[in-house]
Amino acid sequence: MDNDPSKAAAPARDIRTTRNEIAVDMEGVNKWYGAFHVLRDVNLRVMRGDRIVICGPSGGGKSTLLRCINRIEEWQQGRVVVDGVELTEDLKSIDEVRREVGMVFQQFNLFPHLTVLENCALAPVWVRGMSRKEAEAIAHHYLERVRIPEQAAKYPAQLSGGQQQRVAIARALCMQPKIMLFDEPTSALDPEMVKEVLDTMVELAMDGMTMLVVSHEMGFARQVATRMVLMDAGQIIEVDEPGQFFTNPRHERTKAFLSQILH
Amino acid sequence: MSATFVREQLVAPMEQPRSNVGTPAWLQQKLFGSVLNTVVTIISAVIFAALVWPAIRFMLIDAVWDGSSRVDCLAETVGRPVGACWPFIAAKFAQFMYGFYPAEEVWRINLTYAIGIVLLAPLLIPPVPYKVLNAILFFGVFPVVAFYLLIGGVFGLPHVETRVWGGLLVTLVITFAGIIGALPIGIVLALGRRSSLLLVRWFCVIFIEFWRGVPLITVLFFATYMLPFFLPEAWKLDPLARVLIGVILFAGAYMAEVVRGGLQAIPRGQYEAARALGLGYWKMMAFVVLPQALKLVIPGMVNSFIALFKDTTLVLIVAIFDLLGQLRASFADPNWATPVTLLTGFAFAGMIYFAISFAISRYALYVERRLSTGVAH
Ligand SMILES: Nc1ncnc2c1ncn2[C@@H]1O[C@H](COP(=O)(O)OP(=O)(O)OP(=O)(O)O)[C@@H](O)[C@H]1O
Ligand SMILES: [Mg+2]
Repeated sequence: MDNDPSKAAAPARDIRTTRNEIAVDMEGVNKWYGAFHVLRDVNLRVMRGDRIVICGPSGGGKSTLLRCINRIEEWQQGRVVVDGVELTEDLKSIDEVRREVGMVFQQFNLFPHLTVLENCALAPVWVRGMSRKEAEAIAHHYLERVRIPEQAAKYPAQLSGGQQQRVAIARALCMQPKIMLFDEPTSALDPEMVKEVLDTMVELAMDGMTMLVVSHEMGFARQVATRMVLMDAGQIIEVDEPGQFFTNPRHERTKAFLSQILH
Repeated sequence: MSATFVREQLVAPMEQPRSNVGTPAWLQQKLFGSVLNTVVTIISAVIFAALVWPAIRFMLIDAVWDGSSRVDCLAETVGRPVGACWPFIAAKFAQFMYGFYPAEEVWRINLTYAIGIVLLAPLLIPPVPYKVLNAILFFGVFPVVAFYLLIGGVFGLPHVETRVWGGLLVTLVITFAGIIGALPIGIVLALGRRSSLLLVRWFCVIFIEFWRGVPLITVLFFATYMLPFFLPEAWKLDPLARVLIGVILFAGAYMAEVVRGGLQAIPRGQYEAARALGLGYWKMMAFVVLPQALKLVIPGMVNSFIALFKDTTLVLIVAIFDLLGQLRASFADPNWATPVTLLTGFAFAGMIYFAISFAISRYALYVERRLSTGVAH
């Protein structure tokens, strides 16, 4: 392992931490879809190294909140500051933030016309301006970390769901982000593949990555979360330490929600 | 049988019964599988026989192969019913291919074809490497080389006016220029039509709808006879160039709609993933969206190209002599006036148009199959 050539070219420090103590700061964010008020006065502060797990009923606005952090969605009111950069209309701020924030989607969204390796190397080459060789070395490195180095030459359609999602994680990591966003990364997976993806995420968490995860995998949440967030009807209902959150939730809606999913 | 069941003996895989597989069974199934199938098969066979047999008689069995003038192709001379008069084609062949391009300069056309084929062939064969370089040479460099080779006036090549170009040369020049020009215009218009910038979007919509709403004949008429009235003397363009521009814009508008269909088929998640990775608009389009979208619309593009190839015959009405135009002109030659001249000429032109269109469509089918099997989604 130690004389693996891909190791040499890969960065000395895998996980880059944010410059700032505060990784993400959302202040009074409001968003509407037409007349529908989808995010209502959202305030959330995520510190460096924090691992936030967001849960709540369907349609509560969890995905929307997450997608505001890299401004894949726009909002109408409030401030979002990511690693010290305030997201504005200004494309420069958006580019800067997207370079530092990785995202993993429920539907994987791999590029079907590119091989696994090309999927991973695309952004390092065209966004970070790396040479192809450098980018591929990094891609190999992260594919190894998600334990599928042998699939590098395949196309996404040739992989299982769990493998595809791990490629998606590797693809995001290849940009060496400081913050990772996960939007229900395991809910499109067959049950037997959930574990392999969660294991990858646990390892990432253990390495100190700042993470925001929308997930209903409560075992995973208990294991890695530094804080739990419950969202419902576009609002943050409760934010708590996992211990408190699971054993002694304070808000009625949290209690109701937890009793539903923990039966 | 009881409501519960536990399998005790596993079933080993078996071969399919013989009668279901193999060519004879397949043929029987496809051709005579049902009453309707049988009826369709018989009708097809009758039509086939009614069309193909006379065609073979005309073009081969009854055809005249040797001769030097109309007399050799007359039934009275030959003493039997006469089919195709191939000597007529032989005598006019150079005109059909090159128009009135000076005979001693025709090597320039052939050289252009040769360069074109040498560059195109490896582009069409998927395993050959250096596709990007190859594409740049074919789509970028070749048109320039071809232009100077055909027009001349440089490097000691005598200038050849486009007025004397004709035949298959003009057909191919218009088609090729149409394709090369229409593709980029179509892509840009399709992207513009989906742009979030209102003015860009409107411009593209109006542009596309304008060109799609006007028949090609009108475009050609306008470009040839009206445009000179509106443009200042100094802007006078070569007649062929005017037609080319008209054809390119016309084909570009159609291409835009084809490409737009492909863009619409790309799921939102692809755009989101690309943006989340930090790719800007142009890089997202170039590396993620367009490769997928264009792949999806290959059949539509090929359709447009074949339509364009055949539509070039319309330039006839603006006194530009493509293959068909040259053919019609040759009918007027009293030296070859026979009852079968017309039919022979059209049979010949038909074969050329068919051979080229058929080759393009078969190739497109091959590419499509290749893209959809196993690799690359
Ligand atoms: N583009 C859109 N236009 C209009 N309404 C939308 C749009 N996207 C989402 N919504 C609505 O916004 C609400 C919040 O959506 P969001 O996807 O954030 O919920 P979620 O908490 O992630 O739910 P789920 O658990 O089902 O993923 C939903 O009611 C949804 O219908
Ligand atoms: Mg969601």
